[in-house]
This record gives sequence, C-alpha cells and structure tokens, in this order.
Amino acid sequence: MSTQYNVIGTRPIRHDGADKVTGRALYGADIQLNGLLHGAILRSPHAHARIKRIDTSKAEALPGVKAVATAADFPAAGDKIVDLGEGATPLSYIRGNVLAQGKVLYRGHAIAGVAATSAHIAEEAASLIEVEYEVLPCTLTAPDAMKDGAPILHEDLHMQEFGKKTDKVNNVADHFRFSIGDAEKGFEEADLIIEREFHTSTVHQGYIEPHNATVLWNNDGRVQVWTSTQGSFVVRDTTACILDLPVAQVKVTPMEIGGGFGGKIPVYLEPVAAVLSKKSGRPVKIVMTRKDVFEASGPTPGSYIRAKIGAKRDGTFTAAQAYLAYEAGAYPGAMVGPGAMCIFAAYDIKNVTVDGYDVVVNKPSTAAYRAPGATNAAFAAESVVDEIAEKLGIDPVDIRLKNAAKEGTQRVDGPKYRRVGCVEVLQAIKASEHYNAPLGGPNRGRGIGIGFWFNVGLPSSCTISVNADGSVNLVEGSTDIGGTRTSIAMQAAEVLGIPAEQVHPSVVDTDSIGFTAVTGGSRTTFATGWAAIEAARDIVRQMKERAAKLWETEPAEVNFENGVFSKNGKSMPFAELASKIGETGGPIVGRGAVNPRGVGGSFAGAIADVEVDPETGKTQVVRFTSIQDVGKAIHPAYVEGQMQGGSVQGIGWGLNEEYYMDTTGTMRNSSLLDYRMPTALDLPMIETIIVEVPNPGHPFGVRGVGEANIVPPPAALANAIHQAAGVRLRTLPMKPSTIMEAVWAK
Amino acid sequence: MERKVHVQTTINGEPAEFLCEPRQSLLECLRDILNLTGTKEGCNDGNCGACTVTMDGRIVTSCLVLGVEAEGAEITTIEGIARGNELHPLQKAFLEEAALQCGICTPGFIVAAKALLDQEPHPTEERIRWWLANNLCRCTGYDKIVKAVQKAAQEVTL
Repeated sequence: MSTQYNVIGTRPIRHDGADKVTGRALYGADIQLNGLLHGAILRSPHAHARIKRIDTSKAEALPGVKAVATAADFPAAGDKIVDLGEGATPLSYIRGNVLAQGKVLYRGHAIAGVAATSAHIAEEAASLIEVEYEVLPCTLTAPDAMKDGAPILHEDLHMQEFGKKTDKVNNVADHFRFSIGDAEKGFEEADLIIEREFHTSTVHQGYIEPHNATVLWNNDGRVQVWTSTQGSFVVRDTTACILDLPVAQVKVTPMEIGGGFGGKIPVYLEPVAAVLSKKSGRPVKIVMTRKDVFEASGPTPGSYIRAKIGAKRDGTFTAAQAYLAYEAGAYPGAMVGPGAMCIFAAYDIKNVTVDGYDVVVNKPSTAAYRAPGATNAAFAAESVVDEIAEKLGIDPVDIRLKNAAKEGTQRVDGPKYRRVGCVEVLQAIKASEHYNAPLGGPNRGRGIGIGFWFNVGLPSSCTISVNADGSVNLVEGSTDIGGTRTSIAMQAAEVLGIPAEQVHPSVVDTDSIGFTAVTGGSRTTFATGWAAIEAARDIVRQMKERAAKLWETEPAEVNFENGVFSKNGKSMPFAELASKIGETGGPIVGRGAVNPRGVGGSFAGAIADVEVDPETGKTQVVRFTSIQDVGKAIHPAYVEGQMQGGSVQGIGWGLNEEYYMDTTGTMRNSSLLDYRMPTALDLPMIETIIVEVPNPGHPFGVRGVGEANIVPPPAALANAIHQAAGVRLRTLPMKPSTIMEAVWAK
Repeated sequence: MERKVHVQTTINGEPAEFLCEPRQSLLECLRDILNLTGTKEGCNDGNCGACTVTMDGRIVTSCLVLGVEAEGAEITTIEGIARGNELHPLQKAFLEEAALQCGICTPGFIVAAKALLDQEPHPTEERIRWWLANNLCRCTGYDKIVKAVQKAAQEVTL
C-alpha cells in the first residue's frame, strides 16, 4: 500500500521554534509573579533513619522567611489506594515521597519546605531546621535487600507473590512470573544453553532543566500551579489527592519543559509549594538544585538479571528463562513488569519463563526512563544471543532473523503481536552500508542489538477552531518535549488539506482542554495526533454542511479532497469556505476525544563500532547507526532526532553513567561533572535508518518513536567491545576500569 | 541581608544597570532582576552550559560569574543574538536542521556556537564538537546541533 500525503513526511519548521531559539519560550523556572516567594527543601543527609523530632523555630525566626511546611501540614493520607496514571499505589507512598513522614528512606528525601523573600534566605532557613534522627542501617542493591536480615524499609509492606498478598514482610514488594510453553522441556531440546548474570547501575534521565513548581493558593481556595511536567493532569490529580481537594480546584498550567524522558511524570514539589503558599498568602516558586535532581528525583532502576537461552545447532531458540530483580528505590514500582515482558520480546520462542522481583532499596524512588525496564533486560538477553551466535558460528543478524518475532508471535506475558517490524528492522541492519563496511582499524569491534517497546495509547483531547482566513487554531493538552505540537498539527493539516503552517497549535492548562494523559509511552504523536485527526474530521463534516447550504444541496453530496470542497463542478478551497463561515451559521469548532486501542509496538536496532584503548580501556564510539520501525514518520527530522537522542542516552548508560554510591548510601558523583553524560566530543554523528511498517491501528500508521531506540545500545556496545577487546562485559557501565579488569583477568 | 551593590554594565549592546546582592550570580541577576530568562539554569555549577553568555567576547557560564563582576563589561545573551526581527543564521539553522527538541539547552548552544563562528568562520566537525563540549544536550545526541552549526558556518561566509 502506498499512500500519498501532502503534509505527513515533510519537515516543516516547528511552530514553537522562533520562541525557542530566541530565549522567549517560558519554561517552568522562568515564571515571575507579583509577590513571588522562593522556596527551598530540607533533605535527609541519611539513607535510612527514623525522624525523632523536627524543630523549625529557628528557620521561622529568620528575617525574610514567610512559611515553613512539613508532612504534618498535609491532610492525613489514610490507606487510600489511588491510580494517578502509573498503576494503583497507596497514597501514603506518593505523599511520603513528597515529604517524609516518620522515616527517611534515602539520602535526599525531602523533610521540610521553606518559603522566603529570596532563594538564598530560603536555603539558609532550611539549614536552620533541626532534625533529630535515629540512623538505621541501609540496603542499596536488589540482591542485598533480598537477603534475610536485610534492613527493612517498610514495616507494613507485605510481599505480593503470584498476585496474592503474603504474610512475609521483606523488601520484595512483588514477585511475579510470566510463562508460556514448557521452558524445562525446551531446554532439553537445546544443543547449546548459555546462562549469564548481569548487573546494571542506577542511572538518571539527565534532563537539563531541573524540576520546578510555582503555586498560588488563591484567596478563593483555588490552587494554581505552573510547572514543567510531562503530564499536567497527573500534576493536577496528584496535587489534589495529596491536599485532599476536589481535582477541579487545582488548575495546572504546563510551562515549556526542558526534557523529561519519563522522569517528569512524578510530582515532587507542587504540594509543598501549595502548602507554603497557603500559609504565606503569596505565590511560591521552588526549583531543585542539580544535586537534588540526582539525589531526590526518580532515576531508573539498577538491576540484577540472570538470562538463559537454549538453541539448536541451526540457531533455533528452543527455550528461554530469566530472573530479574529491579531496584524500585524507596517505594515499590521498579518497572520490572515491562522489563520481564520485554526481555525476550524480540524473539519467537515457544517455551519461556520469566520471574520478576520489585525490590525496595535505600535509593531515590525510581521513575520511568524511556522504555522503562527494557534497556536493562535487553542488555542481558542480547548479550546472551550474541554469545550463542558466536559459539554456533552464525552471523549475529542471521540468528536474530531466524528467531525474530512477527505477526502472531506470542509474548511471554500472553499477547500475540499484530503486524510488527522486527524482521524489517533486522533486514535493514543487514542491508545497511554500515553493517557491511570494514571496521577500519585495530582494537575495533562491531556489535548489534535489538529491542522492543510496547508504546501506549491512553486518553487525549483536542479542539480545533476555524479562522476566517483559512487557518485553524489547535488546542491540546500534551506538553511538547520534542516537537509534538508540530507532529500533531501536521496530522490535522493532512486531514484538512492545508499546510502545516496554517495550523496554530497551543498546549493549554487543565481548565482549558479535556483530560489528556502524560507525554510518555511514545503516545503523543499517536494518541493526541489521533485526537487532532478526529477534531479535523469533525471540522470537515461541519464545513460540508456549510458548503451544502451555499450550494443548496445535502452535506452527503459534498466531496472533500486535498483541501477542496466540491459538488457537480462547483468547488471551493478550504480557505474560501472558511471565509464564509460567518454568513453560513457562525463559528466552527471541531472536537476530538480519544482513548485509542490499536497501539503499535516498536522494534529498534543498533549497530555500534567501538575502539577500545588496550592500555586504558577507554571505549570510543567510532560509528553508530540507529534503526527503528516507527510505523509512519510524521515529521522525519524529529523522528531521527528521537532515534539519535535515545541512542546517545543508551550510549551513556552503556559506557559512563552510574550512581556511584558509598556504603552509607551517599551518591558521590551528584554533579554533571562527575555524573558523566556524553558530550558532543564523545560521539560521532548518529546515523539513522527509519523503517516504516505502518501500524494498522492508527489512521496514518503511526507507532510512536520516543522509546525503543534506547533499548539496544548498551547491548550493541557490549557485543562490540567483545569483538574489540576479547572480553564479555556483564556489568553496566562498561567503564575503563571494568574493561581493564576483565582484560587482566583473561 | 548584605547591602545591595549598584552595577553598571552593557547588555546586548544597551547600557544597563541593576542592584544586586554581592552573593548573586550573573545568572540570577539576568533572570531574576533583569527578567532576561532566555539564559537557563541547568546545574548552577558550571557543568551544563545552559547559562552560557559572552562577557567581553569570551564565553562564560553565567552561574560562575558574580553579578558584581559585570561592572563595566559587555554581556551578550541569547536575547541579543537576532538582529531585530531577523534571526541569526545559527538560529535559522537550528530550526531548519531540527537541532532542538526540548529547547532548554538551545540558548546556551547558540551563544557558544556564535562565539566560535565569530572567531573561526570555518570550523571542522571535530573543532565544533570540542568547542561545544561544555554544553550538554540530553535530547538530540548532538548530531543535528553539529550539522546546524556547520550549515550556519556556510551561510555566515556566503
């Protein structure tokens, strides 16, 4: 099927572009309000301690201080269970992470907030708050936290096992198992079985803009929030829940957001700023320091994984098994579920068993990070696949092609794939110039990896109103992190037959648009795009009525194609008819509200060429290609951008990045100097190959592109390092010392 | 509170003056006193480059400069890069090459890249990467940023 589009597939300038290259765009921290106070948060210096006493009197007495807040200022949470978009969670956990109650569970855990006339005074005041602690032993990794006798974080947390609550009180919030076929029998049929252990470090999403929130608790009782968030409605609902207010009493205005990657879904500051505003009667702005961002906002889980695959001599996989223990941080919810579903998701294996463990440890509560859970898992699985290919003497692409998931393949958690592009991604790797190019030097190696991410649907709303000049105004609720105003506007433009530039998109506050779920799960272009398609179709329907009125016929008799309304030789372009809406019945507003099914999963691949310095173990990425099935690329330049950005985050995760913790649970590298994210100088150009296997579940075939690209890089790098240096690394990051130790041990 | 200091300086070609506490950084003065919020704070310790401005022609991270040090200096921020209504070739190239996603690092990159092109109109890819290594971007993987600077370099020379 080849479809001709007028707008989709082109590369218009983004609608918010001029604002963002001139410094005019307003991000969360940029807001200025009359009477604005500045806040600061006091954070725990201990990874695990009981709070015996908090004395705020000295802070309150400091000139310039207008209010101090602790957890005692929140309404009692009780044991309410809430679902705020990331699954059912006890409200006490969400609230307890915002301000600690009774215990601190990680270094950096918020204890109190202060509002003052300047940020400096607020910081000074926070340091004057006296807290008496009973320091407790801490536990920092999943394997340690699972041991008998490990310090217990939550005395009231009963382990859930196979869907049922047990009497066991330990640090395992949940143990679950997915199984298809008979793994034991499958391994009996194998000629070769490889089982390996893997460790991955805690890493951070690393957005450049720190978390921020500005709140005004107005005199009429309404709470107004300005913040940088991936989900304005999540902020509204969470803030209302913690403050025990009706949701519509909170209005959230999403400011421009400086990166998120999953980490700007949770709420950290808004409820504290709200309480401080209520107490002081003035708006309060709180901005995290970079150290706070590292120590107190959600990183992604570190993990311990065992992966085992059995294969016949011809490369056919007969069985697979895995054990995944992910560190949730201070509160349950380590995204180990998706990790377990994804670990073998790229393969058609009939006999698979996967066990997952969600383990609490004394580190910050983890948050989503781009395909959450899948990157850790793919590092393990793809390393084992590579080793099997090597032992059997089969090309790494060919062994994957032989076992690749396709339409009808059943994933370990049950669902069977609809049309997916795993095979096409592998074929694109095999056919690429990169895969077939010489390595070009000594100490070099090439590795590949592939990975899967589900993508999600979820609710979105959109309204479009027609202007008399033939342009339209599009209003939506998805915060724009990477150009989605434009990818959404382009889909509306395609339906309306007008240029993308004739659509004026706005991202608005929670009072001004219907419910819209987070910008996450690669869903925005898919789901909010779909809402825009529906709104545009609604406009076409109404405009046909107007044309019918003018031509004295029935709306069903009016044709609409390529932006032109016509009937029996009479025709009128969109803009001309738009100029007549006043005289044909008044304003035209289209609406779209969707909760789409038909989500299309995305497969991605990576080809990595590295050069490993034999004396220092430093790995240089010399060439890198990202390959992804995106369904349909609405704006190819921003699709490439997602693939490049996800790849480079994966490279950082693979080679450099880690929470370097000491035994007391203190992160010793909590600055952007020491937490070393890739710089421009560390990287080559990132080549991209866009694969388009249209998603049958979306009007334009969109799958979503934000996430799957981060999944393969660490595995591809490990496989490349093996070829370059002769060692297989099973611990992330693969930093120089890890490489040299492996080389020396050989 | 310390007594405030009167600072006279030049910002984006215009004389400017402000009162600041001695402990306030230039970044704070620009953002909170002068309302020039185009300069961003990413780390406040000189490691991300989001607050890059030029001071007497040299690029500095404004979080590591005190406001009082601006006395008598010439400061250029992102707000001073476009010529009136006309975008600078770098700004155009960033848009045409899709060299920004979230955009929070973009002001720092454009200010830093302009300082490079002002002194070296024909930088190599390696030189661009070296020059921009103090500016972190987490969204793009730098590919399109480097290409935008290369494109702007061609246009600046034309």
